[in-house]
Amino acid sequence: MTSNAIEVVDVSKRFVLSHAGPSSLKERFVSRSASPRGEDTDLWALKGVSLEIERGETFGLLGHNGSGKSTLLKCIARTLRPTTGTIRTVGRVAALLELGAGFHPELTGRENVSLNASILGLDEAEAESRLPDVFGFAELAGFEDTPVKHYSSGMFARLGFSVAMHLEPDTLLVDEVLSVGDESFQRKCLGEVRRFQREGRTIVVVTHSADMVRHVCDRAAVLDHGELQMVGPPPAAIRTLRELLNKRGLEIPREMGSAANLEQAQAIVFTDVQLRYNDPQRPWLNPGDPLEIVVSYDASQPMDDVAVAMEIHDSGGNRLLGVNSDLLDSAPNSVDGTGTVVIRLESVPLLGGSYSIALGLHNHDVSVSYDHREEAASFRVENSTPLDGRVQIPVSIRW
Amino acid sequence: MRSSESRLRFVSGELSDLGALPDVVDVAAPRSISQRARDVVAHRSLLANLVRRDLRVRYKGSVLGFFWSLLNPAMYLVVFSFVFTVFLPARVPLFGIFMLSGLLIWNFFNGSLAAASNSIVENRALVQKVWFPREILPLAALGSALINMFLQAVVLVIGSLAFRNAPDVRALPLVIYAVIATAVLAAGLGILLSALTVEYRDVSHLLDVGMTAWFWMSAVVFPFGAVAVKLGENQWLAFLNPMLAPILAFQRALYDPAPSLPGETPIIPEESLAWYYGRVSITLAIGVVILFIALRVFARREDSFGDQL
Ligand SMILES: Nc1ncnc2c1ncn2[C@@H]1O[C@H](COP(=O)(O)OP(=O)(O)OP(=O)(O)O)[C@@H](O)[C@H]1O
Ligand SMILES: [Mg+2]
Repeated sequence: MTSNAIEVVDVSKRFVLSHAGPSSLKERFVSRSASPRGEDTDLWALKGVSLEIERGETFGLLGHNGSGKSTLLKCIARTLRPTTGTIRTVGRVAALLELGAGFHPELTGRENVSLNASILGLDEAEAESRLPDVFGFAELAGFEDTPVKHYSSGMFARLGFSVAMHLEPDTLLVDEVLSVGDESFQRKCLGEVRRFQREGRTIVVVTHSADMVRHVCDRAAVLDHGELQMVGPPPAAIRTLRELLNKRGLEIPREMGSAANLEQAQAIVFTDVQLRYNDPQRPWLNPGDPLEIVVSYDASQPMDDVAVAMEIHDSGGNRLLGVNSDLLDSAPNSVDGTGTVVIRLESVPLLGGSYSIALGLHNHDVSVSYDHREEAASFRVENSTPLDGRVQIPVSIRW
Repeated sequence: MRSSESRLRFVSGELSDLGALPDVVDVAAPRSISQRARDVVAHRSLLANLVRRDLRVRYKGSVLGFFWSLLNPAMYLVVFSFVFTVFLPARVPLFGIFMLSGLLIWNFFNGSLAAASNSIVENRALVQKVWFPREILPLAALGSALINMFLQAVVLVIGSLAFRNAPDVRALPLVIYAVIATAVLAAGLGILLSALTVEYRDVSHLLDVGMTAWFWMSAVVFPFGAVAVKLGENQWLAFLNPMLAPILAFQRALYDPAPSLPGETPIIPEESLAWYYGRVSITLAIGVVILFIALRVFARREDSFGDQL
């Protein structure tokens, strides 16, 4: 008996992308006779992934869009079957791949909860005994006998989350669904995740949020084009992910990727980044010092639809500041050829530590990313104050 | 298989196993037919829930609820009794009762296949998001068709009372046997069709046409006696249709015609009950073979359901 909740051994998953879509016999027949083969292309969404997730562990899955995170989660949840390799799971596994999946709009909340419970293999009596908890947590007491088609989308999502949490699975698989509902419900969800952790249950969570990984996960893995890049503690995983995105030079936003966009995308690029400190002899900061970031660019054509964006991250990948020139009403008239733009931080109220700067160039509606550099530069702050922690908050204590 | 005894209990972060060892599932390993059967049994409460969901959804928001499902057979009873006794006096007395007896089991068969063939595609939201034995979906379709048959039987009971036609009580076990045989056959075909429909969406259209043809080959609206006379020695040909025996069994037990007079064609074969049991057994045997094949085909195709839906 191992102490692993999930063992993924050399798992690969191939999707066959058929261009017509196998929806009718006639299409099948016609396309078979017209072109015997070659219409289908293979896509390997996972390539030889091996992972061991321990019992009681909270495990993060990171990676760019399309890197295979959801595919891996679905293989573990048994809704997809790996092309090769094996996956072993221990105990009851519940998947939150989509909130409220399997809810039937015509049925009442109560009927849907009992249906969901039986999908997880609970019997009628067990399901019945959990009903008050499920509706209590979802703040839906009184709505048990309302058909869920009359629920608001937030209520629907809350019930979906609540069901998954209260049917007490041994392992919970979560795919980017912890960010539903209003803020207070999100806090409750996080509290519920903590309870899960305390109870020694296993959680696997797919997320794009570095904060989430840092604060919730014990370990994390990074996927890149279906290949496992690394498994390790969250800060290291976040760094690996940033480096991966950086190496590619461009972080392609979700809706991008067409050829036209890519052509445009090279219209303006970063050429250099310099940090200007108060005292050039001292290439670090003390809390409260100003800092100037001098960014050089090269535009291949005259353009005015451009904005510069900057983020500051701490060593754990937490975003401390995010800003762009549009937010500050500071759009350039026009840029052409080489030039520089200066981002001035009047005061950096950080205590000791090292911090990284990410830079981006995008158009005004952020539909095109011209250039993007994670870890474009980094700076160090020497704590010259008696305070402890991350942020220099002016403070006094009176008796 | 997961049972409540084998579930882990956790006490303040320490694993404390109160029951048997937790089940280890090799997600990617193929499951044997017997394992599949056990998985289905373990999920029987899901099966019951899906049947209930189906019935609830069907009758929700309608005032008369399930009485609507009685309307269709009641119409048949009234119209056919009227047409065949007043306009076209048939040699079949109480034609409405005769027809409804066979229609009952046919509707069960037909309804099962129609619902089962679409069951996986229609429940794609479930199939894509959670694992459970997929065979449950076509089986649940069969379950709700079975319950519908019991509801429709109410009409037959009322009709029999009205026309003072008593069923043959000694033959009632034959009805149960015929239902079992039909259910096994419908389960086999339903499971097969449900898997094929995932890849070939027009299976359900083909099924429509096929079932209409099948209906007219089964002796529901005409007495089998008439066909048997024509076929003579080759009567066995008609029994290649596995639905014929259950239909005749229903007519034998529920309609229970009086023995034919000399020179008259019997309405249904005037054979012993044992003969009927034998014929239904052949249907059952065919059903078992088809079910076995269906499970194998299903097992092979099920791997790609997630990719194709
Ligand atoms: N059913 C399917 N048929 C064909 N291709 C698929 C299917 N499901 C996923 N893919 C492909 O597999 C790859 C991995 O997809 P996956 O959903 O696992 O990515 P992801 O890491 O979850 O991305 P995201 O961050 O956008 O959620 C993608 O290229 C996707 O197009
Ligand atoms: Mg995904």
